[in-house]
Amino acid sequence: MARIGVFVCHCGENIGRTVDCSVVAKESAKLRDVVYSVDYKYMCSDPGQIMVKDAIKKHNLTGVVIASCSPLMHEKTFRRAVQETELSPFLCEMANIREQCSWVHEDKVLATKKAVDLVRLMVEKVKRNTPLEPIRIPVTKRALVIGGGIAGIQAALDIADGNQEVVMVEKSPSIGGHMAQLSETFPTLDCSQCILTPKMVSANSHKNIKLYTYTEVESVTGYIGNFDVTLRKKARYVDDSICSGCGICQEKCPQKKISSEFNTGLGKRPAIYIPFPQAVPNIPVIDKERCTYFKNGKCKACEKFCDRNAIKFDQTDEFINIKVGAIVVATGYEMYNIGKNNKNGIKGYGEYGCGEDPDIIDSLQFERLLSASGPTFGEVKRPSDGKVPETVVFLQCVGSRDKAKGMEYCSKICCMYTAKHTMLYKHKVHHGQAFVFYLDIRAGGKNYDEFVRRAIEEDGAIYLRGRVSKIYREGDKLIVKGADTLSGSQVEIAADLVVLATAITAQPDIVPLAQKLGVGYDKYHFLSEAHPKLKPVETNSAGIFLAGACQAPKDIPESVAQASAAAAKVLGLCSATELEREPYVAKVYESTCAGCGFCIEACPYKAIDNKAIVNRQGKLIKNVAYINQGLCQGCGTCLSVCRSKSIDLAGFTDEQIFSEINSLFV
Amino acid sequence: MNYGYFPGCSLHATAKEFNDSTKLVCDKLDLELKEIDKWICCGATPAHTTNQELGIALPFANLQLAADQGFDTVVAPCAACFNRLRSADFEVKHSGYTAERVGYITGSRTDINVRILHIIQLFRDEYGYSRLKEVFSKPLKGLKVANYYGCLLLRPSLVMKLDDPENPVIMDELTNLTGAESVPWAFKTECCGASLAIPETEIVLDLSKKIIDSAKNAGADVIAVACPLCHANLDMRQKQIGKKFGADYSTPVLYITQLLGLALGIDPSKLGLDSHLVDPYPVLRAKNIL
Amino acid sequence: MSQHKETIKHDFEPNIVAFVCNWCTYTGADLAGTSRLKYEPNVRIIRLPCTGRIDYNLLLKAFESGADGVLVSGCHPNDCHYNLGNFHARRRFTVFRQLLDFVGIDIRRIQFAWVSAAEGAKWAQLVTQVTNEVRELGPFTNYKRISELSFPYKELEPEPLEEVTA
Repeated sequence: MARIGVFVCHCGENIGRTVDCSVVAKESAKLRDVVYSVDYKYMCSDPGQIMVKDAIKKHNLTGVVIASCSPLMHEKTFRRAVQETELSPFLCEMANIREQCSWVHEDKVLATKKAVDLVRLMVEKVKRNTPLEPIRIPVTKRALVIGGGIAGIQAALDIADGNQEVVMVEKSPSIGGHMAQLSETFPTLDCSQCILTPKMVSANSHKNIKLYTYTEVESVTGYIGNFDVTLRKKARYVDDSICSGCGICQEKCPQKKISSEFNTGLGKRPAIYIPFPQAVPNIPVIDKERCTYFKNGKCKACEKFCDRNAIKFDQTDEFINIKVGAIVVATGYEMYNIGKNNKNGIKGYGEYGCGEDPDIIDSLQFERLLSASGPTFGEVKRPSDGKVPETVVFLQCVGSRDKAKGMEYCSKICCMYTAKHTMLYKHKVHHGQAFVFYLDIRAGGKNYDEFVRRAIEEDGAIYLRGRVSKIYREGDKLIVKGADTLSGSQVEIAADLVVLATAITAQPDIVPLAQKLGVGYDKYHFLSEAHPKLKPVETNSAGIFLAGACQAPKDIPESVAQASAAAAKVLGLCSATELEREPYVAKVYESTCAGCGFCIEACPYKAIDNKAIVNRQGKLIKNVAYINQGLCQGCGTCLSVCRSKSIDLAGFTDEQIFSEINSLFV
Repeated sequence: MNYGYFPGCSLHATAKEFNDSTKLVCDKLDLELKEIDKWICCGATPAHTTNQELGIALPFANLQLAADQGFDTVVAPCAACFNRLRSADFEVKHSGYTAERVGYITGSRTDINVRILHIIQLFRDEYGYSRLKEVFSKPLKGLKVANYYGCLLLRPSLVMKLDDPENPVIMDELTNLTGAESVPWAFKTECCGASLAIPETEIVLDLSKKIIDSAKNAGADVIAVACPLCHANLDMRQKQIGKKFGADYSTPVLYITQLLGLALGIDPSKLGLDSHLVDPYPVLRAKNIL
Repeated sequence: MSQHKETIKHDFEPNIVAFVCNWCTYTGADLAGTSRLKYEPNVRIIRLPCTGRIDYNLLLKAFESGADGVLVSGCHPNDCHYNLGNFHARRRFTVFRQLLDFVGIDIRRIQFAWVSAAEGAKWAQLVTQVTNEVRELGPFTNYKRISELSFPYKELEPEPLEEVTA
């Protein structure tokens, strides 16, 4: 027999002004199974909480209804108080008579009537509550960081410095990401490699970090604290335990004219190559598609000259299984390509020549032209004929903020790096003139606007507000036709080089990974955070965190900040031996479950699986649904697709909800 | 299959050679064009710049005529007609209010479904490139063609849905099939000045000059067009352009259908090659095409 | 239905049950409260984790118990806390509404909405709008008459079956 206590709060005047709390208490007392009811000025205050606790003991209550504010406000407070009396905190419910009654209604009689209804509804529910136990899950104290750019490196280092193990995975042969390709960085113009390479080295040498390059995530199963991850270590055809990174293989390789990914197509590399001199690890990889031996069965020049016999043509992909407790996704971005055959499937720019003119390049290519380690050793020379360009036109928002190209978002970093480009260009080509076509200058950030002003005022970049309608070649020059909307005139500039600040887009192969991880993504395929303001690092999959530009376009400081935030979250998670979760999970009644599998398909968390029920002889009796309590987040979608009503959701059982409804109109 | 043919006013007047070449080419390809009976003006630019409803009702009335006469497809060679027909169809399909108004003005039903094709679309989508390649008997080898698309054929691209508005290729593909070579050039879709030819002739001279210059710089022998107004501005104004800028301007401007007709071995005089102001014969003879 | 008749301005005050998700609409309704927006007091909110949790039976039960109108509201598409729950709800709801229409229930009595945690004003407006609409439709009697036969909490003398069917 249930013994329910009802506690009606006045919340000072907040409730009492429109709801007659004493009437509510009196009416509540008449309800079946209510043995005690009282109203009080401030229920959440210390005396109020003591009143609740005393009543539970004195009246032997089996359930408590607090009629006060929203449960989102004080449910935790009252449940904690209840817990102190040895009654299960899950036997305390709140009737929301403030936010959803006294504050939104004016008529005292009607509001009081509604408050009584809300109390009755909750009394019916709490009678059917069960003393749930919070779910405890063990934690594997190891983290996986996917992506070895600046965000991944920072997250890995921070976690490792916090004395937790980290496994770091990078799909390309070296870590470093896009930051390694940059020349100098805004707003301080310090050399990108100088600040990055020490971090790359420490990531490789840290005792708590296990680094896998040229490796991708094959599969992910499990849940927070207990992920099982399979990695595919792609065949490098070089034994990384033997190779000393001397580089003789690179010299001897007969294939020398393969366009270099690191130099964004502006430089060449051999078929066996270390992507760039400071690569970490400093171990080459064979490009199987272009290697003479793999194509023709003859050559093996690298093998002949390698005095450590590190070349292994028979190497195959290796699969590595690891267990981790948390995952940081730091997979970064890719630049939008204006060509027709765009990897992202977004239409190219016919008006800018679809990337077919060698002197129309993107910003990352310009970074390589500026970089001291780049194909021109830091001299600005245009790709077509090696001439030093005297007029350079920079176009911002190429792809970004353009509905027609399907990317309506702002790529955020282009305003700053374009300003930087104009400065670095001016520092290298003193008589050169930079023009910038922009839509808006978005330079929010510490010392950012000052930086842009410097580019304009000190380094003489001419900023024109408007779009460019067409770029075409006329002999040696590229004619850039655009609008200057501030003066209302059409502009035509004969340029030597055009640099397009193309959009920052999501990695083209991010969707399969996001699906493996169960992380949401938006229509541009950027990964989704759990809450745009209050949970910017978390994802909706517990235990998986985001860092860097995989979430949205970000500059280096922001990526680093988010990486450290993700590391803090991982360290917080790993500091506990066990995790506690609200026990609102679904369960299956196996006796009636027909094993139809509708719930398996409906579950957004892949928490439901088939389970075979066998008799003692091991003969299959039937298949039923099985819900993994670690994965279940308690949405209840499975329950409403269940034809045989064989699933129920703790905390929101059918019985509870039906009695709530039944109690309403009596 | 027969197609409702909407020649429009230009093709019965200044652009008679566009009409003739279109009909001859389609005849040769067994594409049956049947002129829509009692067709009226599409409204062109004047209608929609004076009254929006008129600009929609006029072309739409033609679609209603076509539907009443049992055509499910209308073919228009004139870029402006094509543009107006497509736009009217789009507006009526996308706004219940417009549909109601147009129904009231024309006094006829608006729930009709007529496909509207430009003549080059007919070749690409209906006849098909692979069949077309086989029927060309007299390849235009050695002829360099700058294909000029202009504005109305492609824009607004969401409504026209013909090709990429920034870098269209459909005419280039057709030219290449004839054995001629389409040159890459920058002014494919630049404006020729259009109807400003009457009130502001100078603007047209400037704009058309740039287009012809760009084509010549790209090495083109002739310019191909698919719009009577583009043709008028580029062909008719060359003498004036030459006078204004003190240079010789004599780049022949042909309709794309004339090029196709030549490749099909149709008599050039029947195709109306005699009626251009810039005589195309010297160039075509020099290239051994005639 | 005992109402405080003396305060009623209208001839009829409908009973409306709202099934809302915990993350968006419940929070949005709280926001309406903290913003002190006023709306009709006819609605009784039942809090669920997600609109995906709502199966047909809950909606039918609400009508059976005496609701004159039912409101279902959750997160906007793509904003679901559980990623997909609201899509399931939307699909199920579309089908269910047609079924109700088929059996002769005025579908204006059952409404679906997206109200985010930030849309307190939308919630207030929605409740008032639904209340007014259902008020105009009048009491929902066809189901109640039948359900009174089997309603367990009423402890009524069952009426002879013939009288109802007649």
